[in-house]
Amino acid sequence: MLKINNLHAGIDDNEILNGINLEVNAGEVHAIMGPNGSGKSTLAAVIAGKEEYEITEGSVVLDGEDLEDQAPEERAHKGIFLSFQYPVEIPGVSVTNFIRTAINETRKAKGLEDMPANQMLKLIREKAELLDIDRKFLSRSLNEGFSGGEKKRNEIFQLAMLEPKLAILDETDSGLDIDALRIVANGVNKLKSKDNAVIVITHYQRLLDYIVPDFVHVLHEGKIVKSGDKELAHELEDKGYDWIKNGATV
Amino acid sequence: MAYTEEELKKELETKEYEYGFYTDIESDTLPVGLNEDIVVAISKKKDEPSWMTEWRLEAFKVWKKMEEPEWANVTYQKPDFQAISYYSAPNSKPKYNSLDEVDPELLDTFKKLGISLDEQKKLAGVAVDIVMDSVSVATTFKKTLAEKGIIFCSISEAIKEHPELVKKYIGSVVPQKDNFYAALNSAVFSDGSFCYIPKGVRCPMELSTYFRINQAGTGQFERTLVIADKGSYVSYLEGCTAPSRDENQLHAAVVELIALDDAEIKYSTVQNWFPGDKDGKGGVFNFVTKRGICEKNAKISWTQVETGSAVTWKYPSCILKGDNSIGEFYSIAVTNNYQQADTGTKMVHLGKNTRSTIISKGISAGKSQNSYRGLVQVNSRAKNARNFSQCDSLLMGNECGAHTFPYIEAKNKTAQIEHEATTSKIGEDQIFYCNQRGIETEKAIALIVNGFSKEVLNKLPMEFAVEAQKLLEISLEGSVG
Ligand SMILES: Nc1ncnc2c1ncn2[C@@H]1O[C@H](COP(=O)(O)OP(=O)(O)O)[C@@H](O)[C@H]1O
Ligand SMILES: [Mg+2]
Repeated sequence: MLKINNLHAGIDDNEILNGINLEVNAGEVHAIMGPNGSGKSTLAAVIAGKEEYEITEGSVVLDGEDLEDQAPEERAHKGIFLSFQYPVEIPGVSVTNFIRTAINETRKAKGLEDMPANQMLKLIREKAELLDIDRKFLSRSLNEGFSGGEKKRNEIFQLAMLEPKLAILDETDSGLDIDALRIVANGVNKLKSKDNAVIVITHYQRLLDYIVPDFVHVLHEGKIVKSGDKELAHELEDKGYDWIKNGATV
Repeated sequence: MAYTEEELKKELETKEYEYGFYTDIESDTLPVGLNEDIVVAISKKKDEPSWMTEWRLEAFKVWKKMEEPEWANVTYQKPDFQAISYYSAPNSKPKYNSLDEVDPELLDTFKKLGISLDEQKKLAGVAVDIVMDSVSVATTFKKTLAEKGIIFCSISEAIKEHPELVKKYIGSVVPQKDNFYAALNSAVFSDGSFCYIPKGVRCPMELSTYFRINQAGTGQFERTLVIADKGSYVSYLEGCTAPSRDENQLHAAVVELIALDDAEIKYSTVQNWFPGDKDGKGGVFNFVTKRGICEKNAKISWTQVETGSAVTWKYPSCILKGDNSIGEFYSIAVTNNYQQADTGTKMVHLGKNTRSTIISKGISAGKSQNSYRGLVQVNSRAKNARNFSQCDSLLMGNECGAHTFPYIEAKNKTAQIEHEATTSKIGEDQIFYCNQRGIETEKAIALIVNGFSKEVLNKLPMEFAVEAQKLLEISLEGSVG
């Protein structure tokens, strides 16, 4: 599904990603771990098409198609979803209105009519229930005054609504208490199928107890320095990132 | 809100626009220039009684001695008042024979606004081949109103048919000598509308759709007079979301609202005059005087969405004369390219326990300048007066400007005045976030702008609100590189 080949990317001559290789197939869950500043969020943003980053070498390929010249919204229409580490506020635009617009714009790009209002309402209700989201929450301004946990839960709500092919969760666990973490992870697991894939970016192995990865990759200084199965996450937890850092310099 | 946006859209799609009555104006034009003879000639052509002619002449005398004001934060080439023809019948003869002759860009905008073909023709000044049902609609409409004793007609008709009301109230809120443009308007006003709601009557419909077409042709010096008698209510909608490409460069309208004891007037405007092209050429100068007076327990709400005109100078105001009266001002002003807007309100608190609310949303894009200018005045007699003002500015890009000029004059110690102001910018992160959810940049901006303007949009009657939303979208098209 997703193939990243020797990806180098950065900002203003400052290289952040230094040759990343990663292949994600349908039905798989990949975890990307790594210390602060190792380039996890940058990798997510580059896959999603954020224009401020410049790709200097390599490619990002989705279903055999090089994404280089595609705008972020086109990538979204093709099924890439990024759950942001820091979701932005849009004052005056309700959670409902925002997701409705997102869904209808995506449908429009596929040549479909707007989703009928009753169908939309039904879908919203269903997904809100899945994530234990209160009705009142849906009429609040997007991310305005949301707690950290509410922001993350709202990201996953949007994920559930849009049902993407490839979901990238950037530190979705930060800011969530244990109950919320369970609800969110459970939501993600329910959405998983043999046709879609998930990339979970996290610092801690905690989330991976709930969303169990098939592969774990460790990112350090813009490079994947180690890959393995879920045991690698445990090992990291025990030994700390210094283990990797030291290993990488050897 | 009791209804969903979805329902609103549906409603608008299925709604057929009804056409109101159309005032017949003779099609000849007076020579350019302005002097007493011209003023008399205008009055004569309109077959006005002599008191009206005198009133116009008084205004002209005052105007001659006045200077065009320069205090607003706008710069423009002053019009040559002797080079304008003050009486012409606009749009009474079709300008084109078919829509094919009309500027395609204009038609494109009509399409985006979802305006019906027939209406497109009317607005663009194309001859309409089928006679629309206007006469019968107008008749039914007038009958419904007449049953309640409501008078709703052109001001010319009112001068003839209801002289006692016009005589009593015209100039009572905006006197002839009020300001340069008001004086000019008083001398030469072409036409406009008149509305009287009798005691205790709630006007059963928005006085709106019916005027939509007429509006396109009312000319440059419009005069509106709305009188809500004791305990009555009316919601009045003015303007047109369709871009009006009037050749008249100068527009100087006067609107006077009179809300007697316990009455309420809701006055909503959507203004979309030609703003000039991308290089700032052409465009309408819109210098309007709008003011209302509230007697005891009365309420006046002004809601406006201003997206058009090259230069806008407009301050819908409330004189809160009666005790416990309420004044409200909700405004969205959008400027793009080289547009300049200096707009705001005046709330004059004279009575006890008077309250006013000001919510102003300024959106600037391109190289435009957008200023809010507001005066809150509390007189010594106005015990316990309260005002809340909120002025928010949204900037797009680095070349536009937003300015806030709040003036407060409080002569009574019990006054409570609150003022809040914010300035924000549409950020790249917001846009990327929307993009990532499949929302393209133009749509993302529309969404952000609508969110920003929501408090004001919510004050508009529903069909206007949907149109206004679309209008905001169109006005800002192409404003992000
Ligand atoms: N927009 C940016 N401008 C400048 N530096 C950036 C930008 N984005 C990321 N970086 C730098 O790139 C490195 C990786 O950042 P990031 O991808 O956010 O790391 P992580 O998500 O792994 O904590 C950091 O050193 C960070 O400062
Ligand atoms: Mg990060």
